[in-house]
Amino acid sequence: MDNNYALYKTMLIIRRFEERLLAEFNAGKLVGTTHTYIGQEADAAGIFSITDPEDVVFSSHRCHGHFLAYGGDPYRLAAELMGKPTGLVGGRGGSQHIQWRNFYSNGIQGGIVPVATGMALAEKVLRTGKIALVFIGDGTLGEGTLYESLNIAALWKLPILFVLENNGYAQTTPVEKGVAGSMAGRFSAFGIPVWECNTSDVLEILSTAQEAVRHVRSEIKPGGLILHTYRFSAHSKGDDPRSQEELESIQTFDPLKLHSPRLTYEEQTRAESEAMAIVEDAFIRAGADLNPSVNITD
Amino acid sequence: MADTVLNRLNQALYSALESDDRVYLLGEDILDPYGGAFKVTRGLSTKFPERVLTTPISESAIVGMANGMALRGLRPVVEIMFGDFVTLIADQLINHAAKFRWMYNDNVRVPIVVRTPMGGRRGYGPTHSQSLEKIFLGVPGLKVIAPNTLGDPARLLEAAIADDDPVLFVEHKLLYARPLLESGQGELTEFEIQESAKAYPDFVLRIPGHAPHLTIATYGYNFELAREAALKLLMEREIFAEIVLFSQLSTFDLEPVFDSLKKTRKLLTIEEGTQSLGWGAEVFARVVEGSNDLGAYKFRRVTAHNLPIANSRILEDAILPSVSDIIQTALSLVH
Repeated sequence: MDNNYALYKTMLIIRRFEERLLAEFNAGKLVGTTHTYIGQEADAAGIFSITDPEDVVFSSHRCHGHFLAYGGDPYRLAAELMGKPTGLVGGRGGSQHIQWRNFYSNGIQGGIVPVATGMALAEKVLRTGKIALVFIGDGTLGEGTLYESLNIAALWKLPILFVLENNGYAQTTPVEKGVAGSMAGRFSAFGIPVWECNTSDVLEILSTAQEAVRHVRSEIKPGGLILHTYRFSAHSKGDDPRSQEELESIQTFDPLKLHSPRLTYEEQTRAESEAMAIVEDAFIRAGADLNPSVNITD
Repeated sequence: MADTVLNRLNQALYSALESDDRVYLLGEDILDPYGGAFKVTRGLSTKFPERVLTTPISESAIVGMANGMALRGLRPVVEIMFGDFVTLIADQLINHAAKFRWMYNDNVRVPIVVRTPMGGRRGYGPTHSQSLEKIFLGVPGLKVIAPNTLGDPARLLEAAIADDDPVLFVEHKLLYARPLLESGQGELTEFEIQESAKAYPDFVLRIPGHAPHLTIATYGYNFELAREAALKLLMEREIFAEIVLFSQLSTFDLEPVFDSLKKTRKLLTIEEGTQSLGWGAEVFARVVEGSNDLGAYKFRRVTAHNLPIANSRILEDAILPSVSDIIQTALSLVH
């Protein structure tokens, strides 16, 4: 079925893009840092298969997967990561500060949430029919401005979906050491309905996200979508305190492995070669682009 | 009777709301009949109930929401009830509002105005009396603007709302009740006034017919003190001060100070915040950088003492700069 193929290919493009990115870092071709989405691909693939292309998205430090599933160009993202003028924001933002069409990201935990809430207010009063989506993690639950935003979003009935991807770790801090009480309760305390998924199955995530998005759009009210997921890669590049045993055990939640049986072998092979070609082309072209000319004035 | 600063600010908000339906006001307790802690928004929620939004006590989220609204085509104006609370919005101003345009390669603009009353002399104590604007003077992408009684505060606020980039608009509490000055009249009788043709103009006040002995640079409410001191220096000591009054604190554009210093070589700055790393320090640094002859200049700063601001009126007055401090410092500079 076409949709299964498209979802698989989206997840594969994200996976191969992030793997290539880490390889480029390891080869010393890239500097700075990055946060990859390996393991969480089903969240973005599921959500963006049911949102409207005009919806407004605010993403976080871990934004590549969201951006690629949103429909962003892997070449422009690769160029941005390499600091090229052809990058999404001319090399000024890099891995966690990108902007294209109605997609935005910033590297500040918590701070992006009120910004996205204000975007939802703007779309509501301008009667565009668009909704806002903001991506947070279990780590963001420690930030106070999140709760200020939940309160106002509920009070003012703003069309925003708070997508909480709980990957179990805030950088290196496990959720047991960082989050007290109930995640869903954080939303319901403000009267915000919550949808929750404890799976890496993209179809299950898709159908749950569909209900949440339908609520936000048709009721013009906030919603919460909690996706319990697994990050296979380190927080950024080398900061992974987890045991080899734990890393191996979570491989059973690999969204690619969960979804691939729905495709024929031929389809899987075709998706693989198409994804590889897209990622290869993105990195080769971006790598060949000229560096920025330095023209800095106040 | 001339209009007050408060009325002019209120009228600017009224005309902005009336002329542009993208303009929204957000703030705590800004609805009628209360109309805001300092009454700057009085009457506005009655006239524009859909676009004057009273908020929970959530300074960070209010400014964050304004950032999001601005990114999506609105022109929000936020009131932060006391300037002391800018600490709570620092992340939104520094890491969001001031970053987006440049960080996103000029793909976006962030036309927000954050208005807030700063300053002491009202007996509000350590956390409701400070002048914290200096914290934001070095933030690229953020303008800091302060009204005064000489320029029209309404024109200044309208310019800030029309600005496509973020503005922190700092209103000293004691200015609200002050009447606007009228050129050639009252306390301005002695001065000849030159105004720059900028959106956020600066002013030079000269005493005609005399070579000035010193330059006084200041902004906001401190201009009230500077003017009184300059008149006393004139009447009691025959010392002629040239006052340079800024509406735009940052980004820094100090041309009128440089021009005045060519004549006086002596610079006194006045600000109500504490001395270290303040506005005056940057003014001096820029004068020094532009000079090949350090020995040619003399500098003094009049600021608050390096202490929190006491609640006791007597202690508060002793901590904040006074007209007498300005006169004494000016004398030490001139003699």
